[in-house]
Amino acid sequence: MFAHAFVRNAYLAGTFIALASGCVGWFVVARAQLFAGDALSHVAFVGAIGAAVVGVDERVGLFALTLAVAAGLGALGGRGRLDDAAIGTVFAWILGIGVLLIALLATSGLGGAGVTTANALFGSIYSLSTGASWLVAAIALGVTIAVTAVTRPLLLTTIDAEQAAARGVPVRLLGLGILLALAVVTAEGTQAVGALLILGLLSAPAGAAHRLTANPYAGVAISSLIAVAATWGGLALSYAISSLPPSSAIIGLAASAFAIAALIARVSARRPGWGPPS
Amino acid sequence: MSVNPSLKFDLIADLRELFAFPFMVHALEAGTIVAVFAAAVGWYMVLRRQSFAGHTLSLMAFPGATGAALIGLPVSLGYYLACGAAAIAMGQTTRTSTRGFGSETAVIGAVQTVGLAAGYLFLSLNSAILSGTETLLFGTFLGVTEGQVVTLMVIAVVALALLAAGARPLLFSTVDRELARASGIPVAVLDVLFLLLLALAVAATSQITGVLLVFAVLVAPPAAAQQLTSRPLAGLLLGILFALLVVWLGLAAAYFSPWPVGFYTTTFAFAVYVIARLIGSRR
Repeated sequence: MFAHAFVRNAYLAGTFIALASGCVGWFVVARAQLFAGDALSHVAFVGAIGAAVVGVDERVGLFALTLAVAAGLGALGGRGRLDDAAIGTVFAWILGIGVLLIALLATSGLGGAGVTTANALFGSIYSLSTGASWLVAAIALGVTIAVTAVTRPLLLTTIDAEQAAARGVPVRLLGLGILLALAVVTAEGTQAVGALLILGLLSAPAGAAHRLTANPYAGVAISSLIAVAATWGGLALSYAISSLPPSSAIIGLAASAFAIAALIARVSARRPGWGPPS
Repeated sequence: MSVNPSLKFDLIADLRELFAFPFMVHALEAGTIVAVFAAAVGWYMVLRRQSFAGHTLSLMAFPGATGAALIGLPVSLGYYLACGAAAIAMGQTTRTSTRGFGSETAVIGAVQTVGLAAGYLFLSLNSAILSGTETLLFGTFLGVTEGQVVTLMVIAVVALALLAAGARPLLFSTVDRELARASGIPVAVLDVLFLLLLALAVAATSQITGVLLVFAVLVAPPAAAQQLTSRPLAGLLLGILFALLVVWLGLAAAYFSPWPVGFYTTTFAFAVYVIARLIGSRR
């Protein structure tokens, strides 16, 4: 299997994207900001289509638009919680622009509108070039390291924003930071598992980790571990079964991990003294 | 299209041209029903802060349609089944998740991506309908048949009657959950029932507007109305009014220009929301 360059590239990019999304996802779930991740993943799709219309590299569109919208959401939210109706309205509009861009792409004669759309929505991890996958891996590793470096203050703002502010932790800056990290992860993930499915790598491993342990450090580690394992397993499965798309396999495994974790949590809640402390 | 519609800036003539073709009449009828239905249910959704769940339900039409195509069921049946299943899955977890700490959003996110991943799998197993993906996602407003309009009408009337019957307890349990529970309202049952109603609204609507754009009518008009008034009945009616405005203007604008309906409806919806927010913040 690893004799093929495209498989090696997929594993390289997939591993680090999973690592970053497992890590960032834990905080996003803890902060109940998953809807922002959902919105950003749709924005990423529009970014990819927009780049195709303008004729620049897909990645430029992805990163530019997701980072801009994340910064906008951060500014809208301020110190308080983000209003989900505001998020919903903003991203419905951005999707509307996406529809327009698809129409323009279809009539522009550039061709391949359907393929561009499908790739942006569902990813094409097996078509990453060696250079692209190294770049993806490096950026994902950077995000992971950055988030790990600020874990303590980030935890404090997540659990008790008031107290964190009183202790001089830059709450607003960290809130914006996690949204920007989320934006980078979505833009990265769109290239691999696609705009519509990156949410699964953000939510399912993190949800599983939150069910299994209340310890934040263990939680981040478990979340990243499940994401990476799901990616490895999913890639292997889709290589073995040719009609199974890699994105579907990865999400299927991640969701199974979540279901198993929920089951374990339920059983251990019934039997005191067994399983993780809650 | 053989004719080339053009705006003459003469209200009567333009309106006459708008109604000249049956497909346009059907689109306007369907759009009107969708606007009333979605805005009424959406008003509760926005108040209950369940936009994420609503969006997830709207995406479930994708696995519903592709799955139904794969096993040979009618596509609209697939929409209703998938949306209903997702509503039940999410309803179960809202009841049991007492842990808080955001695990509920993780469940919604997981339900959403599992549905989408399944839809993508169905699509790749049945490559024949791949060309229809964009229609599925972004709608076929201009291809609505008379039968669809009648079905939509029946579903909307039944669902709105249900909503009207449960309007007061639902509002009570939304505004003050603990007090509602204490006074004997079955809050948990209402949670699931509301999600099912939302699923019905979304499944009916997304066949017309497309999976990705249901949200424009579902969230923006009610959210705009809630910026302007906190009185329930006035807010509901205002939301419906905004939704009608958005859909009618969107259809008319798309008719007279080469750009898609989805772009116009979402843009008008966004504009209504921004204006309402500006007015709301000034008071």
